[in-house]
Amino acid sequence: MQQIINFVIRNKTFLLFLLLFGLSVFFTIDSHSYHKSKFVNSANFFTGGIYETKNGFGQYLNLREENHALIEENRKLRTIVFNLDLDTLRVSKVDSTLLGDHYLFTSADVFKNSYNLTNNYLTINKGKKDNIKQDFGVITSKGIVGIVENTSNNYATVLSVLSKKNRINAQLKKTSHIGSLVWNGKSEEFVQLIDISKFAPVAVGDTIMTGGQSAIFPKGILIGKIEDFSLDIGGDTYTINIRLFNDMTNIGHVYIIENLNAGEIKSLENESNE
Amino acid sequence: MNSVTFNSVVRFVVLVLLQGLVLNHVNFLGYINPYPYILFIALFPINNNRTLFVFLAFLLGLCVDFLTDTGGMHAAACVTIAYIRPPILKFSFGTIYDNQTIKFNQIELGSRMVYFSIIVTIHHLILFSLEVFNTSNIILILKKTLFSSIFTILLCTLLSILFSPKRK
Repeated sequence: MQQIINFVIRNKTFLLFLLLFGLSVFFTIDSHSYHKSKFVNSANFFTGGIYETKNGFGQYLNLREENHALIEENRKLRTIVFNLDLDTLRVSKVDSTLLGDHYLFTSADVFKNSYNLTNNYLTINKGKKDNIKQDFGVITSKGIVGIVENTSNNYATVLSVLSKKNRINAQLKKTSHIGSLVWNGKSEEFVQLIDISKFAPVAVGDTIMTGGQSAIFPKGILIGKIEDFSLDIGGDTYTINIRLFNDMTNIGHVYIIENLNAGEIKSLENESNE
Repeated sequence: MNSVTFNSVVRFVVLVLLQGLVLNHVNFLGYINPYPYILFIALFPINNNRTLFVFLAFLLGLCVDFLTDTGGMHAAACVTIAYIRPPILKFSFGTIYDNQTIKFNQIELGSRMVYFSIIVTIHHLILFSLEVFNTSNIILILKKTLFSSIFTILLCTLLSILFSPKRK
């Protein structure tokens, strides 16, 4: 017994090193597995507060760009509204449960954004207090950004599309061939769409948007344009390189999408799986 | 609180904030970021308690991890370089280290750069291995390590020259 205690005292630095190293490797592995990085994230009040202060200093610097983005978005929305062949009488007769009630949008400011890591995160200034929960989609007016992963009372971290953990359901705009959106970690301008059937009419310049098959994003959120594509080794599916519409290096304001029917869809899927 | 402790605390806070708020957003050529916050570990007073030193290195790494959402990668790298610092010191400074009378601002630039280079390279290698976490991307790990190391070594040397007290 005495010897064991002596051994521990003699090697206390080494043992402490082993313990702390093991702990940090555990955190690392934890952060590499999907939806499990619960211990170390920037959605706590301390780092959130630091980033909030920093954002307070910095947010006036790019007001001009933000204004341009807002004007562009307004222009698009107006085009859609005025070109819709609706008369108001008919709309009022449509069952209101079919319109609009499925998705709830919340706006948020981005405090922190990274794009040079293997799994990139954004920190935003909305959290549990604003009813933000895990697995809500995050978009900008131009296209997709990511999925909410951790939340605290006032902040949330968003796993960006630039991440090896994400697999987002996506499809061609022209046809309904679906695939999964992944990232190879090489460039922040491109993401990859895999598992698109070889029968799909893929052409350079085609638009890719989200498919309606996940409970996270509504169908039709824009993602990007096809830059190039190749058949994979098996010859059955295409791997498509997509140029994102969003400039992931420059994201100021985002919208968070809550799918009000997500719970119902999930429970239904669970029932059918059993 | 004596001046050495006070110095260390200030250095800790300033370096973590500098890393989180400024240097993580450099992204030179898309992916090259310097990590000079490890100056805290490199310049930590030598005749101090080693157990405490390893623990402080862990805290330092964890703080940076919290700011960058990187799990425990920085913590792991920091703990390692803190633990293996004595042999590196011995290798880079030789006899001065043996006498335990080392003062970082009295060491000539050449051996100081050697010392920084070794510490930075080891730290970055561990950091990027854990970050990429995929053996099929060894080239990417080495590329990131090489370029970021150069950047960090330069910054560390500059910072240590700028903020060291005047030599008599």
